[in-house]
Amino acid sequence: MIALFLILLPLIGGLATFFAKSNSGAKNISLFVSLLTLLLVIAGISGIFGSSLNFYDSAWITPLGARFTIGLDGMSKMLCLLTAISFPVVFGVVYNNKYPQPASFFGLMLLLQTGLMGVFMATDCLLFYFFWELALIPAYFLCSIWGGDKRIKVTFKFFIYTFIGSLLMLVGILYIYFKTPDHSFALTSFYKIKLSAAEENFAFLLFFIAFAIKMPVFPFHTWQPDTYEQAPTPVTMILSGVMVKMGLFAVLRWLVPVFPAASTHFSHIIILLSVIGMVYASLIAIRQDDLKRLIAYSSIAHIGLMCAAIFSAQQIGIEGVMIQMFNHGINVIGLWIVAEVIETQLGTRKLSELGGLASKAPALAIILVVMALANIALPLTNAFVGEFMMFNGLFRYNVWMAAVAGISIILAAVYTLNMIQKIFYGETTVVTDGAIDLAMGTKIILVVLVVLVLALGIYPQPILQLTSDTVAAVFSKFHS
Amino acid sequence: MNNIAYLVPLFPLLGFLINGLFRKSLSKGTIGIIGCGTILLSFIVSLILFFDVKANGGVVVNYFNFIDVASFQIPFAFQIDQLSVIFLLIITGIGFLIHLYSTSYMHDESSEHFGRYFAYLNLFVFSMLLLIMGANYVIMFIGWEGVGLCSYLLIGYWFKNINYTNAAKKAFVMNRIGDLGFLLAVFWLLSKLGTANYVDVFEQASTGLSSTDVTAITLLLFVGAMGKSAQIPLYTWLPDAMAGPTPVSALIHAATMVTAGIYMIARSNVLYSLSPLTQDVVAVIGLATAILSATIALFQNDIKKVLAYSTVSQLGFMFLALGVGAYTTGVFHVMTHAFFKALMFLGAGSVIHAMGGEQDITKMGGLVKKLPITAWTFVIGVLAISGFPFTSGFVSKDEILLAVLAHSPVLFWFAVFAAILTAAYMFRLMMLVFFGGFRGTHEQEHHLHESPSAMTIPLIILGVLSLIGGFVQLPHVFGGEDFFNQFLAPIVPAVTHEGAEAATLEYYLLGGTIVILVIVYVVTKKLFAVDRFDGVYTGFKKVLADKWYIDELYNAVIVNPLDKLAGFLKNVVEKSGIDGIVNGVGKFVNYASRQLRLLQSGQVGNYILFMVLSIAVLFLVFWNQEIIVQFLQKIF
Repeated sequence: MIALFLILLPLIGGLATFFAKSNSGAKNISLFVSLLTLLLVIAGISGIFGSSLNFYDSAWITPLGARFTIGLDGMSKMLCLLTAISFPVVFGVVYNNKYPQPASFFGLMLLLQTGLMGVFMATDCLLFYFFWELALIPAYFLCSIWGGDKRIKVTFKFFIYTFIGSLLMLVGILYIYFKTPDHSFALTSFYKIKLSAAEENFAFLLFFIAFAIKMPVFPFHTWQPDTYEQAPTPVTMILSGVMVKMGLFAVLRWLVPVFPAASTHFSHIIILLSVIGMVYASLIAIRQDDLKRLIAYSSIAHIGLMCAAIFSAQQIGIEGVMIQMFNHGINVIGLWIVAEVIETQLGTRKLSELGGLASKAPALAIILVVMALANIALPLTNAFVGEFMMFNGLFRYNVWMAAVAGISIILAAVYTLNMIQKIFYGETTVVTDGAIDLAMGTKIILVVLVVLVLALGIYPQPILQLTSDTVAAVFSKFHS
Repeated sequence: MNNIAYLVPLFPLLGFLINGLFRKSLSKGTIGIIGCGTILLSFIVSLILFFDVKANGGVVVNYFNFIDVASFQIPFAFQIDQLSVIFLLIITGIGFLIHLYSTSYMHDESSEHFGRYFAYLNLFVFSMLLLIMGANYVIMFIGWEGVGLCSYLLIGYWFKNINYTNAAKKAFVMNRIGDLGFLLAVFWLLSKLGTANYVDVFEQASTGLSSTDVTAITLLLFVGAMGKSAQIPLYTWLPDAMAGPTPVSALIHAATMVTAGIYMIARSNVLYSLSPLTQDVVAVIGLATAILSATIALFQNDIKKVLAYSTVSQLGFMFLALGVGAYTTGVFHVMTHAFFKALMFLGAGSVIHAMGGEQDITKMGGLVKKLPITAWTFVIGVLAISGFPFTSGFVSKDEILLAVLAHSPVLFWFAVFAAILTAAYMFRLMMLVFFGGFRGTHEQEHHLHESPSAMTIPLIILGVLSLIGGFVQLPHVFGGEDFFNQFLAPIVPAVTHEGAEAATLEYYLLGGTIVILVIVYVVTKKLFAVDRFDGVYTGFKKVLADKWYIDELYNAVIVNPLDKLAGFLKNVVEKSGIDGIVNGVGKFVNYASRQLRLLQSGQVGNYILFMVLSIAVLFLVFWNQEIIVQFLQKIF
């Protein structure tokens, strides 16, 4: 039942928010609902109500054999936890912002959370597809109504791009559905299909393109910097912190275990693309003057490593992906919060116009430095463990791939330290002269994130243990 | 007693947290007491550990599993043995003196920044201790990157100055290049042996690793050392790092952090001894670095730059020793160098302090009259680094030279050349700063004063150590006991020079050193103990003064092309290339659908034609699905 409530709570909360009369009403409902969801996820993970509550199954579209089956395994728990942490954090950060039509804004945000939760828990493929689309639609509206100047054009591209992926995936789902012995969409039935190599490769590609666009993998990434730049920052936080994990998650749940032979068959080209993407995106990040675009390209490089690590088919790499999915979410949201604070306060996010903020806003400076260090995976920050393990996996796959991908470690230091220098060091500029330090509310939220960064950096065991069951399952499929 | 090992890094960590979090509310006095006191406590614990190890030998202490997954474990563990306690004593001992010195040197800073300074400094000591104490390569790497971070923060301590923050960035990035090598080496170890624990790795090295593995691992580790310990080609960050406060240069960029590479190789001596190729590479790179940076140091006019290039050069000597297999000698030179180089950096700080921030030695001169303690301790440092008989530097440098001679006479003569250069640039510096006539402004002359005792006491202590610190390893022929090598023997097999031949060589070296130093003294006194000195160089001297244009070369060959490439990717490939194709597909669909719309002509005949054609295609498809499968097989 906990699993079901994780979907119902944001759904009902979201619908209720649409009818909120006032700005603060909408904010308070959504903040309350998101905190309640977080508590529920923690209850689910701790298993205090018994682990049987973490699964739910009922009839859904019976004629097709599609069932409403959801459940929490290690990976789902981890990603639901990430989702459940992200939303109250985002709501807290934007608590003092004014949005036109706040009821719709916060309502759509909660619907987005509903879709994400569903994606991470569904073990029926049609249901998975349903939630996949459910997550896309609120995101589309949020970007196109509350986004920046170029929002219509950019969001349209985002929508078409991901929608094409979704359609290919739908074709793939139906194709596999007809191949299942019992005509079912259940994950377990999908595992049982027998396909010829050509059929498997074909179906693999249908799925993979959808996920590759979502992650995104080079060269399917160009929608992302534009969308991150134009989307309202709270939505960007969710998009990059949580939503890109849909792609990685789907690869681990629906792609690799269902098409193990094809996954091995295509692994070389996918790893090659990922590694090219890492270096490519890192190089472009060096030349970005826009803080949001810099973070976007940095994120593409990080996701590239995760994708490469999955397909390197090494246990250590997949273990690293698990912990990194969580940590990347925390870190990138932290970076976006800093970007949001700077932009709302100073009205610009151009690095060339900033400078000298360290003397004006020391608390902000310290927090950004910690987040930035996590972004370059400095040891004892949370990202180190994941990157260390993923590079390890990639190294076992191929020494040279690891070495080339390793260049992005150096480049990451270049663009991240550039960012710190241009924002915080030097003398103040016209823009930053009147800057003030963090407000108490934002400071508390950021300190919570910093504590998470350091705690998981020093003792990553909780997340590693949480996801060990999924890793074992995925890894055994890869080599079956 | 080993159950107290964790206290050594814990004290500085606490100091970092207290000074970092409460820097706004604490007074400077309290901050100073916390900053220095924590390091003193660590030093005391290190002393206890030293005597414990001396009596009972080394031990590995496990705390918890840092990474514990099905495929492998990385324990968070400390290895307290002969090698690590030596470094613990150097780091906490000299660290304490430099912290003490800093309380006076940084006194003009506001209390908030004073707190930030000591927080960074304590964090540095903490990271450095992790690096040394870790019982496997992963914990070492945590400290390895941690000290890099602290170095970055302290070089850019005066963050309003963009040049300083550029220097900080350069240091971090060049270190990261080395770090990548280090990481790849760790991956290599893990994939072959499944463990990164020193004990297990060294035990399995000869059986579990092929010679290719060992060579690759040791070379990659050495790449890490090139970054951290500023060797060719990754040394150019260290001279720039002098942008940091002078005590930082003394602690991080002379005595401790930059010797991490030497520690790492000495720690991995089992692996390095298995790969003669790597050993040769280490020796040659070390020697080349020693000579190159010594030539640059000859013509620098910034007091800290001379010392910086001197550090690079001395680090080169240490790698030379490691490369010829004299690991204990390399470590011994780390210790003596820590004494006399920290001494000279702190002395330079005292001079800069007295000169009101002036670092240009052409504007100094004759300071011995106004700053006697600083001057005479500095002279001791110069004598030690030049290898004046029976100073600490004499013992360690002679041991290096003898080890090199045993390995290869060619390398030996190059090393002698580097040693002569060392004496030359050091005497030049000493003459220009402390002797001759004062060449600065009258106002500077008026303000000249000896530094307060918080600064001179560390100078005196380090001066004494620089003089007598070598006696723990005095050669037998001079009545020494070989204590240092014997102590390290359980970890690092010592190369000893015994017998009559070694004794004769020692006397030759002693005599040669005296002759050379007398010549250097006479020449530099005449040239540099002067009343007027412009310090402008032309011709080949200018090439040396301009550092062989290596920075310019790197910019032209690596930095700028990379920047151009990034710009090309951003503005052309990304925008017109990849995104252009994506948008092009969109436009094509738009265009195609506009054209297709025309097919809806309203003429029934056309519709029927399309219908028939479509049915034909469908029929073909259903008739033989194999066609499609074959088609797909061709594609994939």
